[in-house]
Amino acid sequence: MLQDKDRIFTNLYGIHDPLLAGARSRGDWDNTAAILARGRDGIIDEMKKSGLRGRGGAGFPTGLKWSFMPKQSTLPGYLVVNADESEPGTCKDREILRHDPHKLVEGCLIAGFAMGACAAYIYVRGEFYNEGRMLQAAVDEAYAAGLIGKNACGSGYDYDVFVHRGAGAYICGEETALIESLEGKKGMPRMKPPFPAGVGLYGCPSTVNNVESIAVAPTILRRGADWFLSIGRPNNAGPKLFCISGHVNKPCNVEEELGIPMRELIERHAGGVRGGWDNLLAVIPGGASVPMIPKSICDDIPMDFDSLRGVRSGLGTAAVIVMDKSTDLIKAIARLSKFYMHESCGQCTPCREGTGWMWRTMNRMVEGKADIGEIDTLEQVTKQVEGHTICALGDAAAWPIQGLIRHFRPVMEERIAAYKARISSPSRMAAE
Amino acid sequence: MPKLTIDGIEVEVPAGSTILQAAEAAGIEIPRFCYHERLSIAGNCRMCLVEVEKTPPKPIASCAYPVGEGMVVHTDTPMVRNGRRGVMEFLLINHPLDCPICDQGGECDLQDQAVGFGSDHSRYHEHKRAVKDKDLGPLVKTVMTRCIHCTRCIRFITEVAGVPELGATDRGEHMEVGTYVQKALSSELSGNIIDLCPVGALTSKPYAFVARPWELAKVDSIDVLDAVGTNIRIDARGPEVLRILPRLNEDVNEEWLGDKSRFAIDGLKRSRLDKPWLKRDGKLKPVSWAEAFQAIADKIRDVKGDRIGAIAGDLCDAESMLALKDLMASVGSTNVDCRQDGARLDVSRRDFYSFNTSIPGIEEADAVLLIGTNPRREAPVLNARIRKAFVANNMPVGVIGEAADLTYKSTHLGNDPALINALHDGAHAFAATLRNAKKPMIIVGQGALARPDGSAVLAAAWRLAASVGALLSDWHGFNVLHTAAARVGGLDLGFVPGPNGKSVAQMLDGGVDVLWLLGADEVDTARIGANTFVVYQGHHGDAGAHRADVILPSAAYTEKSGTYVNTEGRVQRGFLAVSPPGDAREDWTIIRAFSQLTGKTLPYDTIDALRQRLEQTNIVFSRLGYLPRFGCTDLTGPSGDPLALSDLPFEALVQNYYQTCPISRSSPTMAECTASKSPVLAAAE
Amino acid sequence: MADVVSFAFAFDAESEAELTMLVARYPAGKQASAVIPGLYVVQHQMKRQTGSAWVPVKGMDALAARLDMAPIRVYEVATFYYMFNMAPIGKYHLQLCTTTPCWLRGSDDVVAACREATGIKGWKETSSDGLFTMTEVECVGGCVNAPIIQVDDDYYEDMDREKTLALIAALRKGKPPPRGSMIGRQNSAPVGGPTTLHFAPEA
Repeated sequence: MLQDKDRIFTNLYGIHDPLLAGARSRGDWDNTAAILARGRDGIIDEMKKSGLRGRGGAGFPTGLKWSFMPKQSTLPGYLVVNADESEPGTCKDREILRHDPHKLVEGCLIAGFAMGACAAYIYVRGEFYNEGRMLQAAVDEAYAAGLIGKNACGSGYDYDVFVHRGAGAYICGEETALIESLEGKKGMPRMKPPFPAGVGLYGCPSTVNNVESIAVAPTILRRGADWFLSIGRPNNAGPKLFCISGHVNKPCNVEEELGIPMRELIERHAGGVRGGWDNLLAVIPGGASVPMIPKSICDDIPMDFDSLRGVRSGLGTAAVIVMDKSTDLIKAIARLSKFYMHESCGQCTPCREGTGWMWRTMNRMVEGKADIGEIDTLEQVTKQVEGHTICALGDAAAWPIQGLIRHFRPVMEERIAAYKARISSPSRMAAE
Repeated sequence: MPKLTIDGIEVEVPAGSTILQAAEAAGIEIPRFCYHERLSIAGNCRMCLVEVEKTPPKPIASCAYPVGEGMVVHTDTPMVRNGRRGVMEFLLINHPLDCPICDQGGECDLQDQAVGFGSDHSRYHEHKRAVKDKDLGPLVKTVMTRCIHCTRCIRFITEVAGVPELGATDRGEHMEVGTYVQKALSSELSGNIIDLCPVGALTSKPYAFVARPWELAKVDSIDVLDAVGTNIRIDARGPEVLRILPRLNEDVNEEWLGDKSRFAIDGLKRSRLDKPWLKRDGKLKPVSWAEAFQAIADKIRDVKGDRIGAIAGDLCDAESMLALKDLMASVGSTNVDCRQDGARLDVSRRDFYSFNTSIPGIEEADAVLLIGTNPRREAPVLNARIRKAFVANNMPVGVIGEAADLTYKSTHLGNDPALINALHDGAHAFAATLRNAKKPMIIVGQGALARPDGSAVLAAAWRLAASVGALLSDWHGFNVLHTAAARVGGLDLGFVPGPNGKSVAQMLDGGVDVLWLLGADEVDTARIGANTFVVYQGHHGDAGAHRADVILPSAAYTEKSGTYVNTEGRVQRGFLAVSPPGDAREDWTIIRAFSQLTGKTLPYDTIDALRQRLEQTNIVFSRLGYLPRFGCTDLTGPSGDPLALSDLPFEALVQNYYQTCPISRSSPTMAECTASKSPVLAAAE
Repeated sequence: MADVVSFAFAFDAESEAELTMLVARYPAGKQASAVIPGLYVVQHQMKRQTGSAWVPVKGMDALAARLDMAPIRVYEVATFYYMFNMAPIGKYHLQLCTTTPCWLRGSDDVVAACREATGIKGWKETSSDGLFTMTEVECVGGCVNAPIIQVDDDYYEDMDREKTLALIAALRKGKPPPRGSMIGRQNSAPVGGPTTLHFAPEA
């Protein structure tokens, strides 16, 4: 278990002052100039060495991503921070924005400096109105204190940080959709290549990072890559914010080390599964996009990128959605199908048409109003969407259904059989 | 140039090409809906999937993926086939099964590709989506349930037409293409979105339910409703022209067509002159050809040659103008003129009256000055080329004349002719822009020339061109933009007053006793003296026919074979798609037949013989379809005095794009467009 | 639609000042970036002026002119992002999250309670007294405090039937309770107190 001394987000619950005075007392902005003095390469090397993997879901090595930014460019570079936290089950960045905003602002300066950016745009989801205001207050304070802006932290480096508010579109969490949105367009993902590091915001080199990835950077650089690597498991280093929701006794956010067993995470911090561990049915371990896993896998699965990928799921955003035995799993997944249909940008054919098809079929599956063979059709439709779209939303829409079919196909079949029995029963016919 | 292998075929293509383009170079066809080579890449339909070795194991949209050295691409693997079949199925699940009542039937990309990649049954058991139709005005009909969201129409209107009024609102499966506020499209190029729509979502409103493509006879021809010389295809069934579509010509219209040229064809069926008429006792009466000819011959016999004259209209083919000129010469007249508007064009050199830069040359220009012209209204397809250059190079455009929305950013310098000389003297900021440009263009419109000081404007514009470096040995940046399809041909064959010959104005104002109007309807017929005997030869009962003493019914451009020279000086030929109505005949044959009565029969009795005569008259007529690029080595300007400019502001010649000739004035569709208050008109009002 | 199209709109001084501040956040020539923030400005002005937060077509046109954009581009953006109301709404905008994490924690009960208390039957409908509009929204990103109702800009968390009825009653009186957890939790800490962070970092 992660010890308090190794926790990065020491004001996770907002018990203390989130603004500058409080942040300084928690170690933020402590001689940031010295970190910048290590130079671009020094910072990036340390970040690479720490093994930090992106906290937004995909788990791409953060230091490596920063290194993609061109060393020489006639164009300005931008750091774009993805605070469009919308993955169902996920509510960790919200805590950073409202309770530890200076970790993010300081991270913006350091990361932006390391990648040669002139400014950071922090794209906050529109619903996080109050969180955005807290962040803006922190930014304003940082400007006033000379921490950012001209000659940031006395480093001689000029750096701006801007807060940009979104307006209710999950797809803007996709990095190129976010850039489009930031440019004042619909949040429709771009085709890649080119990648943002080459052609990003305003056609300039850009890097899009998750809030948590940026916010942990200053601490990593202060305490050293070795400290970070000492936490967690090989290739899955460091502490991580987990969100535990659903059928647990005490839903909560908590910072824990990667690789903590799921059962320990739930029982130690979230008061256990409602009705006890044996009442567990299934868990979606990393936000809505990753396939669910049944209790049998949950019993001893460590919560990290590689372990969860090994069981054909994923760590995603580390948002653990717990479902006990009272759950209608088909309905739970059908609701996610509705989510993806609702959030599809509509740009490309498989997602625009496929998400609606999947949701409508799932809806009938909830009732059981389908033929057994349609489970296969549904699975084929998910495969027809997966891998055929411009962005990963299509995959994200497909995977939850695939997970359901993979692990709970008999439940779907029973539902269909029960429906057929109901409508063909003599009593019903008599009643009609 | 990267080399790659597609289906075992090695191809080398320019760096930055896409896989789809490379496949085309290799002769491999890749299905697509959203991709269009003249529009930005959207990559949204996902039909063009291919498999590329050494990439993640999923198919790649070839339309957007750049080629790389040594890339190995497969376009026909199980992964690709499955991918395309899947996309096809998705496109069809919400597409209505209304092909039998869809005007796109028979020329529908979705239909065609469904045959290749679709299934014979549907696995989709849910309700199909229904989408409300949109009102885009009198030209484009919408059945939006059929829309597959390829966004070609949006990209065309935004990028090519430059009138961003179409968009996709809402999102996901609720995404809808339209204007959101239900307004008529104000682009003069809106009809092109019908051609671009790969399905039946956007179809031609006037053509709705008229015909199936396989019923139509298709004839290649040339548009005459402006001076661009757009290459067209005339689709006819029996005696009727049912639609006109653009034909690909990279050097002229690419694949675009103006709305007037596309939709005015219903004017070909109305107000037609289908028999000869002769005025007896003050009233026009139908007569035989012989009677009509005799009446003219009788009149001419007693009139001296210098009291006879002819004016050629804007839609005339070169053959008929030459025949008429020859006829006039045979009766001793040099009173011929093809400049209905009275434009003071100097015919002593061809580059004094042509669009010398050429249309494709516009794309090389790096600065443009428009003088007394609104190309958006006068030549929308050519204007799209200016916009293309503007978009590609952010080319600065200056305007001396009426301020207008040209679909690209322009600097309005003012509307004082003196500005031309101010630019010449360097006394205006835009002068530096022109001077610093490597390939500046100056475009002079008819509105700047059809005025008393027209020669001065022409000379001043030339002088300016020379002074800013627009006249170079490898770059000719002086351009006259015409509005009449007949004009340059008429000038080329010398349909202008000969020695002591009278101009249009002089002929109208009593200079002649017999006036032959060859399709001339844009002159002020009220000026013609009561005692002038007027012969009107043409196809519509328009201004000329109303004043006529004799009417000789002739063929419209769709009903005859004819040669036209566009504003660039490009010689092109149109062909007969349908026969002229009733007793109407091709124009040159009418003149040739009449000449027999004068005792001086014209020396050609086939069109080929007449065309030989045309080539003898001016060698340019032998360069069919081909226009060499040239520079300017002789900087001597036209004859006018550049300092004799008046201070009258310029007025664009075309105020209402939709109604400029007898055909378009007879068109109910064009009347509807005029009434639908496009911003272009609103600006004119 | 007619009202939505013809409703008059012009930026007031407060909005103009906001727009000037917003546009300054983006590089020169990239003022289109301010379109989403600008649409909020329109919506807020409408709320100020009419009591209903929505975006009329003329508001979008005014913004398009202000940002040098084609109006259709603004229409596209305004309809793509679901936080802009394209027609008038009630005084309080009840945005109910029903996505799986909220649903698992009883959002059905919260929805039912809202309907009961407001008399609203469908989604995107406004109560007859004009006070409430109910909108079903997707995950608002507060899942460990599910279920959540967002009223205008504020989250009300850890809801259930009773708390929902109480919230509506308070809104009806014009006295919205403080936002956040309705069961007195320390934000997203577990009920009963954090399991971690027991030291005071200041110490």
